[in-house]
Amino acid sequence: MHGCVLSKGLWAVLVLAGAAALVRPALAGHGQEEAWRKGNSKAAGLQHCVMPTEWMRRHHMELIKRERTLTVHEGIRKERYSLAGCVNCHVQYDAAHKPIAINSEGQFCDVCHEYAGASLDCFQCHARVPTPETDYGAHAEKGE
Amino acid sequence: MSKTTDQPDQDRRAFIGKAAGALAAATLAPGVFLHVTADAAYRQEPVTSKVRWGMLIDTQRCANGCTACVDACNHENGMDLLVKPEGLSDDMWDQQIPRWIRKVKVQDRATGVAANLPMLCQHCEYPPCVDVCPTGASFRRADGIVMVDRHTCIGCRYCMMACPYKARSFIHEVVEHKPTIAPRGRGCVESCNFCVQRRDSGGTTTACQDACDREGHKAIVFGDLNDPASDLWQALRKHPSRQIRADLRLNTGVRYSGV
Repeated sequence: MHGCVLSKGLWAVLVLAGAAALVRPALAGHGQEEAWRKGNSKAAGLQHCVMPTEWMRRHHMELIKRERTLTVHEGIRKERYSLAGCVNCHVQYDAAHKPIAINSEGQFCDVCHEYAGASLDCFQCHARVPTPETDYGAHAEKGE
Repeated sequence: MSKTTDQPDQDRRAFIGKAAGALAAATLAPGVFLHVTADAAYRQEPVTSKVRWGMLIDTQRCANGCTACVDACNHENGMDLLVKPEGLSDDMWDQQIPRWIRKVKVQDRATGVAANLPMLCQHCEYPPCVDVCPTGASFRRADGIVMVDRHTCIGCRYCMMACPYKARSFIHEVVEHKPTIAPRGRGCVESCNFCVQRRDSGGTTTACQDACDREGHKAIVFGDLNDPASDLWQALRKHPSRQIRADLRLNTGVRYSGV
């Protein structure tokens, strides 16, 4: 019976190790070898974002929030910091060169938000893939 | 979130300043980064009340049975991407689908003279929808456009009740497809915004006006109510026009002639 208890303990350790291995890809988003860096997004080929990467990780929402007020109330749409800009640069493409929704599982926004347990509401309303901004009534997303 | 107050954080501001400076220096290096392409057509300064956008609709030119303006509006603002939810009856969907322009026909009972009124948000100077909004989501932009800030809209639909023109719609269901220029999601109210994305990117027309011109009716003139040189001003001087429900003294930005 004693041996059985031991093996149960061993199993627990193995299960924990397995869980840790599963969590690793999410954690990797915060390390040097970011998962999204390996993707084919425009951002993957750049040194850093519109601000230093570390700063962006903590404060990107403040830039987006500031920009949203500027855009909605003051009509300034081509700001350095825009949600459309985030999507354009960070979105990845599938084998058929179709953009993958940026908030879908394992994609740029989802990886960290999932890890941090912070809900991501932007894309309830905003486009999740780039659609041409100057082509009014652009319907590219329909093919998503 | 590290931010617990809306007060500006001076340390952060200083940091942003330094970081922005550093970034500007970085962009000067040849071929390193170019994140922002300066686009002169886009608005650089906040909107002001020097401009007041408005519209004149000639109801006698508006043709029976023509829906060009409605279709163009639906396309421009992504309404044609909406899909009827499963299990919803056609009737219910017809009532729920957002309509920024509704074609209304009015007829004088005595004479039989009829007129077609494309009804859209009238962009009032004193908008009742703004008065009643409990969160400040319904607001009037400095240049006269009455809009909904979806970030603060709680979907109470008080504004829909307050609007004398039935100009607003509510989004009842989750929206799958939406264009970048026209965000849309469940639980918010929306209405005509004079194609605000065009106003901010150097465009001079609205989708409905373009469509009406294409059809050859030329019933819609859009422009600046404050600019005596604008086509709108000229048209308003030439044709007698009126505000719908002028008795409410809302000073609408949309005027109708021939009715």
